[in-house]
Amino acid sequence: MSLITTLARLEAVDSGRAQPLATVRHRHLTDRPLVLVPLTTAGEAGAPLGALVGTDREAPRLLAVAQPRDRDLRFAFLAELAEAVLPHIESYADVVEPAERNETDPATGKKTKVEVELCTDAGQLIVPSRAGVEFVRLLGRSMRFRRTAEDDPDTPYPAPARVPLLGRWLTHYGERARVPGSSLLLTATDLLNRHWATGQSSLEDQHLGALLSWIDPPAGSSGAEAALRAELARDGEGQLLCPPAGPATDPDFDNRLLAPAIERYDRARTALASAEDGLAADARLGELSGAEREIRSLLARVMLPTWDAVWRGLDLLRELPEGSRAEDRWTRDRWSFTAHRDRVRSGEPPQPRRDDAVTAAQKLASRETAQAQLEAQEALDDPLVLAGRRLAGEAFLGTVTDVEMTYTESKRPSPRPLVTVRTDERPHLGERTKVYRSLEGKPQTAEFVRAEEEPDQDGDVLLVLRILDRMGRGKEPAPGSVPEPGDRIAWTLFEHDQRGGPKLPDPEETPWTHGGPPGADAATRAEQPDPVTPEDLL
Amino acid sequence: MSTVFDPGAEAARATGAILDDTLHGSSRGIVVDSPPGAGKSTLVVRAALELAAAGHPLMVIAQTNAQVDDLVVRLAEKDPELPVGRLHSSDSDPYDKVLDGLANVTKSAKAADLAGLDVVISTAAKWAHVKNVEPWGHAIVDEAYQMRSDALLAVAGLFERALFVGDPGQLDPFSIVGADQWAGLSYDPSASAVSTLLAHNPELPQHRLPVSWRLPASAAPLVSDAFYPYTPFRSGTDHGDRKLSFGVASDGSGPDRVLDEAAESGWGLLELPARHTPRTDPEAVRAVALVVRRLLDRGGVATSERADEPVPVTADRVAVGTAHRDQAAAVRAALAELGVTGVAVDTANRLQGREFDVTVVLHPLSGRPDATAFHLETGRLCVLASRHRHACVVVCREGVADLLDEHPSTEPVQLGVTVKFPDGWEANHAVLAHLAEHRVRWKP
Repeated sequence: MSLITTLARLEAVDSGRAQPLATVRHRHLTDRPLVLVPLTTAGEAGAPLGALVGTDREAPRLLAVAQPRDRDLRFAFLAELAEAVLPHIESYADVVEPAERNETDPATGKKTKVEVELCTDAGQLIVPSRAGVEFVRLLGRSMRFRRTAEDDPDTPYPAPARVPLLGRWLTHYGERARVPGSSLLLTATDLLNRHWATGQSSLEDQHLGALLSWIDPPAGSSGAEAALRAELARDGEGQLLCPPAGPATDPDFDNRLLAPAIERYDRARTALASAEDGLAADARLGELSGAEREIRSLLARVMLPTWDAVWRGLDLLRELPEGSRAEDRWTRDRWSFTAHRDRVRSGEPPQPRRDDAVTAAQKLASRETAQAQLEAQEALDDPLVLAGRRLAGEAFLGTVTDVEMTYTESKRPSPRPLVTVRTDERPHLGERTKVYRSLEGKPQTAEFVRAEEEPDQDGDVLLVLRILDRMGRGKEPAPGSVPEPGDRIAWTLFEHDQRGGPKLPDPEETPWTHGGPPGADAATRAEQPDPVTPEDLL
Repeated sequence: MSTVFDPGAEAARATGAILDDTLHGSSRGIVVDSPPGAGKSTLVVRAALELAAAGHPLMVIAQTNAQVDDLVVRLAEKDPELPVGRLHSSDSDPYDKVLDGLANVTKSAKAADLAGLDVVISTAAKWAHVKNVEPWGHAIVDEAYQMRSDALLAVAGLFERALFVGDPGQLDPFSIVGADQWAGLSYDPSASAVSTLLAHNPELPQHRLPVSWRLPASAAPLVSDAFYPYTPFRSGTDHGDRKLSFGVASDGSGPDRVLDEAAESGWGLLELPARHTPRTDPEAVRAVALVVRRLLDRGGVATSERADEPVPVTADRVAVGTAHRDQAAAVRAALAELGVTGVAVDTANRLQGREFDVTVVLHPLSGRPDATAFHLETGRLCVLASRHRHACVVVCREGVADLLDEHPSTEPVQLGVTVKFPDGWEANHAVLAHLAEHRVRWKP
């Protein structure tokens, strides 16, 4: 935790309200995000219990599984979820703009520009919490390898038509959410935690209700009191007033309300199956749908507070203007969205269970680039974030007091102006440390030359920097490219842009150190179940 | 039957076996584990010279530019005639200017310009950009345990077979984003190059250098027990072979007393009163700076097997190690205030592979309210506690033992990941227990 975050948290404790960590919104929010509040069944890994889903806060679509152990009902739920989610995603797939992409010609090895389509916007998915993202991944994993009757007429339990496709999209969203700064799949808690510091621990910050209590406490109450109430307060029936944001449910809800309701549903189902004539069947069908309605209303009751909380969080976030470079990152999300659309359309198989060595290395490298870029962009977009970096000695603000022209000693001398900067900050500068400033949106590099000896009575020091680039090709620097006395400039010790990593070998050329090409040792290693040992048998 | 341990003979036997495997073996890779200061660089230089002499063109992969330049200089010292290529980046000042004075070294940013030279040396990052060249028959990968698996993936196509040399006890490579998704995969890109290599090629011969020439007899047993419990090593020198003494007597202050203790026993713990502090704890930082100042002021001299006469401990023979960069910056500022220059002050990551007479360490857990995985990492403490030839002074707030007891390691266990022994918690306790015997309490 950085010093400025610690300070903000202390101030939050002191004032009883969350303190801002940002002055702009660092994630892109689309006009019409799809909010998904999922619930899972306790003790049944990957068995969905219900969900609220939709783009209209006034009209969530309620999906429920009356008996989560019944696979048919689960499939029906997933099919319904596909009908709720896929049209939203697909509505963005055909609205495209022309764009250019660099591609390497496999024959000549030369880079050429290729005209391609880029979706002008992408479907955005918002879940309440990090556990929700994990659940999206789990759903994706459980669906994308399913076979429909159309895929394979002989498959014993065919999945409903669109379920595998939903699995592929959810997998893509879940994977994209791991890229720092991406906004295809966001969580309400992470969004709020990025922009506000509360006076509670970061573990407690994962509780959406408590988090909102700190950021926007009810009138007349402090954040701490409201958060405590959100975490613990129960009604007359012993139920939490602010149910967990899921996907896990509160055990008291499971035991006291949900389990008896599911039992009634099971009994009604058995009774219907044993009905002997039409009249009795009609009456028992009525009982069954009554039992189902009860479960649906129970689930709605615990999901609606979370649904409202997510939208309230989005409202709070929309009050902040979007950071100027967030759009840039959203464009990369759109590229990712478009690329997945293309993979689906070209009939590629679902994403593999595990990444191969090359894909894993590529993903890690691109995420590290994205992380460094995100940190730099947030600081450049937001003076409050920059202040944190300044406090950590990774950036400084200074006034130019003097500029002295010098030149390189080569046949064609280039300008290397020495700029003296007065600052009262103490950046961690060493000999020839590179510093950067933003010049018309592009980074300009300078190196640290020396510091004047002692700070004066105001604590100011004079730092001498040598400008190294972006001054044009001539002997004299291009107009406006060299700072002038009186300019107040923010310099950073971190780079603004990230160089991409080296090109990795193709997967078919995975070297021997990494097991050779994928599939080469599949017969011996990959998909074999573990051998049965004596310990496996009791 | 017990024989007297002869460190020179043991080390020579290990080196001989390694070189034999490298020159005449049939396996594609050889792994050499080397504890701190066991002559890893010497081995790399020797293997390079012998491979070159046998007519095998060789590429050498190191991790940082400083390591590369150091290797080039060492090679030139041993054989000034050997044609060596230094492949460097196209940034400004890509290599140490010392290389310009070496006649046998060709420098270029393009691999094609260096084709045909006996030995070509560069960093893994630079090698990763080399494409479309004839693969080398042999490679040496230096500091292979600090190389990430994905970095090896990018360069492994450049060589047929390789000698991997490194220290398994030092800091593991890290990534700035989460990589849990691949934990347990044999080719986890965030793991070390050696773990991926061995996961796919378990039959490769593995060797170990048995003797640390750097660590004194006072330090080798502790470092070996705490960090290498299953692969113990010995010091090359015995008690009494090395001696640290001061020209000026102690003034009775905390820094002076801890320096005397460290000179006497090889270890010293300067313990400040318990307190929760920010990372750049001003009192602890100042205590570190004072210890360094007094060490230089008191005219420390080091007697060792390297020279016949005692050698003064000058600023360039002293290092300060910290866990975080801002701590290093704070210590640098405090030293500058006391008028000390020329002392290396850096984080554990950057001190890896370096050697000093005396080190002063700001304990990673000093003043902390919690013990995170970062601060407990075995390699971090191991690097900090194994840079010295004579003595190591640790500056720490009281109460770290209690802090450890309150924070047992709770990292999730990942399926398929080899559990590393010892864990940081255990290693930290072992080192603390030893340091407690050399404690000097002081109130700044």
